[in-house]
Amino acid sequence: MAQPITVNLISGRTIQQGVAIESGKEKPSYRTACGIIEMDPSDLKRLGAWKNTNVKVTSDYGSVVVKAVEATQGPHPGVAFIPMGPWANSVVSDNTYSTGMPTFKGTPVKIEIAINEPVLLGVELVQRQCGVKVG
Amino acid sequence: MAEFIIKNGHVFDPVQGIKGDKKDICIKDGKIVDKVSGSAKVIDAKDKTVMAGAVEIHAHVAGPKVNLGRIYRPEDKLFSCTPTKGIERMGGGASIPTTFKTGYEYAKMGFAVAMEAAMPPLFSRHVHEEIRDTPIIDEGAFPVFGNNWFVLEYLKNQEIENTAAYCAWLLKVTKGYAIKVVNPGGTEAWGWGLNCLTVNDPVPYFDITPAEIIKGLIEANEYLGLPHSMHIHPNNLGNPGCYETTLDTLKIAAGIKPKNKFGREQVMHLTHTQFHSYGGTNWGDFESKAKEVTDFVNKNKNITIDTGNVTLDETTTMTADGPFEHHLTGLNHLKWANCDVELETAAGVVPYIYSPSISVCAIQWAIGLEIALMMKDPMRCYVTTDHPNAGPFTRYPRVYKWLMSEKARKAQIEAFKHKDKVLSQTAIGTLDREISLYELAQMTRAGPAKSLGLAAMCGGLKPGMDADVAIYNINPDKPIANPDDIEKAFSRCAAFFKSGVQVVSNGEIVNNGNKRTLWVNVKAKENPQVMRDINEKFVKYYSMTQANYEALGHHFVPNPYAIEVDATN
Amino acid sequence: MTKTITDVICPFCGTLCDDIEVTVSDDGKKLLEVANACVIGTEKFLHSQSTDRVTKPRIRQEDGSWKTISYEEAADYTAKALAKAKKPLMYGWSSTNCEAQSVGNEIAEIAKACCDNTAAVCHGTTLIAVQDIGLPTCTLGEIKNRADRIIFWGCNPAHAHPRHMSRYSIFPRGFFTGKGQMSRKMIVVDPRCTDTARMADVHLQVEQGRDYELLNALRVAFKGEWLPDVVAGIPAEKIREAADLMKSGRFGIIFFGMGVTQSLSKNHNIDIAIAVTKDLNEYTKFSIMPMRGHYNVTGSGEVFAWQFGFPYSVDLTRGFARYNPGDSSSIDLLKRGEVDMMFTIGSDPGAHFPISAVRAIAKVDSVCIDPHITPTSGVSKLHVPVAFNGVECGGNCYRMDNVPIDCRKVVEPPEGMMTDLDFLTMVCTRLKKLKGAA
Repeated sequence: MAQPITVNLISGRTIQQGVAIESGKEKPSYRTACGIIEMDPSDLKRLGAWKNTNVKVTSDYGSVVVKAVEATQGPHPGVAFIPMGPWANSVVSDNTYSTGMPTFKGTPVKIEIAINEPVLLGVELVQRQCGVKVG
Repeated sequence: MAEFIIKNGHVFDPVQGIKGDKKDICIKDGKIVDKVSGSAKVIDAKDKTVMAGAVEIHAHVAGPKVNLGRIYRPEDKLFSCTPTKGIERMGGGASIPTTFKTGYEYAKMGFAVAMEAAMPPLFSRHVHEEIRDTPIIDEGAFPVFGNNWFVLEYLKNQEIENTAAYCAWLLKVTKGYAIKVVNPGGTEAWGWGLNCLTVNDPVPYFDITPAEIIKGLIEANEYLGLPHSMHIHPNNLGNPGCYETTLDTLKIAAGIKPKNKFGREQVMHLTHTQFHSYGGTNWGDFESKAKEVTDFVNKNKNITIDTGNVTLDETTTMTADGPFEHHLTGLNHLKWANCDVELETAAGVVPYIYSPSISVCAIQWAIGLEIALMMKDPMRCYVTTDHPNAGPFTRYPRVYKWLMSEKARKAQIEAFKHKDKVLSQTAIGTLDREISLYELAQMTRAGPAKSLGLAAMCGGLKPGMDADVAIYNINPDKPIANPDDIEKAFSRCAAFFKSGVQVVSNGEIVNNGNKRTLWVNVKAKENPQVMRDINEKFVKYYSMTQANYEALGHHFVPNPYAIEVDATN
Repeated sequence: MTKTITDVICPFCGTLCDDIEVTVSDDGKKLLEVANACVIGTEKFLHSQSTDRVTKPRIRQEDGSWKTISYEEAADYTAKALAKAKKPLMYGWSSTNCEAQSVGNEIAEIAKACCDNTAAVCHGTTLIAVQDIGLPTCTLGEIKNRADRIIFWGCNPAHAHPRHMSRYSIFPRGFFTGKGQMSRKMIVVDPRCTDTARMADVHLQVEQGRDYELLNALRVAFKGEWLPDVVAGIPAEKIREAADLMKSGRFGIIFFGMGVTQSLSKNHNIDIAIAVTKDLNEYTKFSIMPMRGHYNVTGSGEVFAWQFGFPYSVDLTRGFARYNPGDSSSIDLLKRGEVDMMFTIGSDPGAHFPISAVRAIAKVDSVCIDPHITPTSGVSKLHVPVAFNGVECGGNCYRMDNVPIDCRKVVEPPEGMMTDLDFLTMVCTRLKKLKGAA
């Protein structure tokens, strides 16, 4: 049985994220671009996960299911990257330390394999997290 | 439009030579007229002073460096916020007020026109957005030319005609008003971290001297016959001994005659003269050279100046003289902002505290006043604070007080920590001249209007001129009991009419007026070479396309007033 | 016949490219092709043409479903909600033009709202640092013409500002940089080996969150003083090499991004990066520039500043403008539950705020003005779709170096659709009536 691992999570823009937000955040392409976590191959190995496995990422601030993919801009062992968007923001630190700015980069997170849990679409994810009633 | 008749006031109007006589001023359709109908609203100005709206010839009130000052100095708003009040939008800022507050403050003091003194051409659209949001007062903006690559290249080959054609084009696309020069060559040198401290220091790579730039731009200005003259902030600002560079700069105007149809008589306007009238070799033996500089200007009728009076406040300095601001942050260690602008200019911003306890600041205060008191012709010397550099424009009434009252000056000198040093390094203690209300009207109305080429439009109360009329609570028949009454009276008008609309009543804003943007539209000869050069520079070196460079459209200049110049002959 | 419109401005990122060419149908109603833009910009122009756009305002009903309403009804709802609220938050402004921002500010003043732009989650900490220490900067053309040392610190223009390097910073042949890329040395500081880092002459793969230490070490290295063997994961020798490279240039620039503004040291990172820049001006000429994200976040800061005196995080609830990030900033206001009405325009806090702040939005009356369907519209009570600014209407915007560029309209919006400016003006008129304002 694979063990959860702990990594340092950062988020940021990617060009795929940029294209996806302009083509529609309600669409599956947004999930494809941003509902992922880029992990160093060594971390994937540590986790015991194949590439493109759904994982659950949990921090002190929340949890989210995303698809684990191999880092495209690595190597960065110990650091994981979720592109800027609601998936990352479900788990990043919201502490501003009185600066107004949340700590989007540098949140310790736990990653565990969640092979049977779905990655939600962007709008749907936020609505669920906020308990919005959708007709 | 409404008619008004202002009765029983003591009128001071240099344009008509009226020196405090009681005279009715009639207003109709936005203009001063000879008489109005019986239905005109009567304004009683008994025991009050009546003058034309004041004209600000040099202030930094709109644009990128002003706003950078606002952005990076939240502390400037600490005790200066004004809430929303009736038709007044909220405001804030002491040395760099927000645009709304800027317009209201000028209007409350009776100002009709203000000139933004340094517009980076690349940022003209920003300058115009702020001007649009500054209510009531008419404004123009001076694009800066003294470090512009086109100008440097043309003048290196003495191509006055091409320089003039380029200036005409730039004035048109930036909706600019005049040719402004700041630290000629020195700001381009600053692109490499260098400077030009004399008029003969060569500019790196361009291999031209400040003297050549200055002379060439005066000639281009007269070639076009613009309403204002070349307006200069010379090299070596603010350094002990800088007056020699100033005299070298002034000498360049020798023998050049003005050529224009606006009644302007100067070919060079020297701005914030105070900062350029320093003697000594260091901050220890720092002294006034106001006499040397004013002697020269007194003798040379083709030069006008403004003072740049230090008001002894905490303020925010800002100038297109990039290397100077870097030098200043080295002196006072306060936060330094700088922005170099491709092919054109630069700008720097540093906060500054003119403390009455520091001898240099007190001497600077004295020099600014000396200049105004030593200038023989008030029609050629205008009161400014180079807002916000030597102090905020809201301090004008205090400067007037110092100029009009020897008693007030003496009181301030007494209050200085280093009083003896002020007296030994300047002549302020020996000057007993007190500026009269008539002279003040020359220095703040008729004079600057004439220098700007606006003499037919504003600065006076002659029938046919714009009805900009300020009424102050000063009775010239009575001696002034307390100099502070002068400051109080000029701080808030009893009433102010801007273009025939009453905008201020008892010191409060009652109408947002009809603000205009003044700009100079030069019809110049076709010059295909210059057009080709402009095209080439945009393709190769600018970071934006030529098609997007112009300040075009209603949202930039909603209410333009173009001054037409025909330079085709 | 089709028409080609040149010199079009791309309304995506702070690079604000103004050389785009757009081909439209003869009647100006269909946008057919986009040239010169990056892949993101192209998508932005083309997406405006999608057939599944929401074109009418919609309000969420009790059962959670949307009901289509008119713009007039939407403006009524918005004005009433603003008038009723004690502490409305008017957030966004970064993807709209300055004229709309200006009307928005007037609304905020009447409604006594808190106003904030996306600097809140982007370069807000930069602004705090600038207020501490200043900012030596320049326009992008200066980089193109003079710069021979380019540093990208905590930013990844290859992804976030795709044409930055080709237009301004690395490749162009400028006046004093005739050899283009060959004239320049490039340093990238990033914890990941990003696509930008791969192009660099020197990549300093800093330990995530240790930028302050590394910047401090550079200041030490400039002076030739003692350094520990390794700082922030970088060997001292490599730091000295980078320091010498920076000092030896004739004109250098540090571009920085979210890697430093959003990591733990926040404004302190920027503070010291600016101090590094100031230090370098003792040896050569150096500038520093934030890589602003939204195409008009800079403009929003400018308009806030000239109208209210502060660039973001402005609180008007007392009738005059206050500024106190940490107190008056959006995330903090939402987290503390102080906001009782949320007004969003030209941004997507639903996607880009931490989820705890988004939950606070979902709880209150809310209006989202956005051409797209977004996570924000997904949690808002009212969604007002508008024309795409920079595509279907023009208006002034500010590039990351504060240079204003007037956007162009290239194609008609779908019939009956309003612009931001139109809708805000309607709201403003109604709010004035409700509040009896002058």
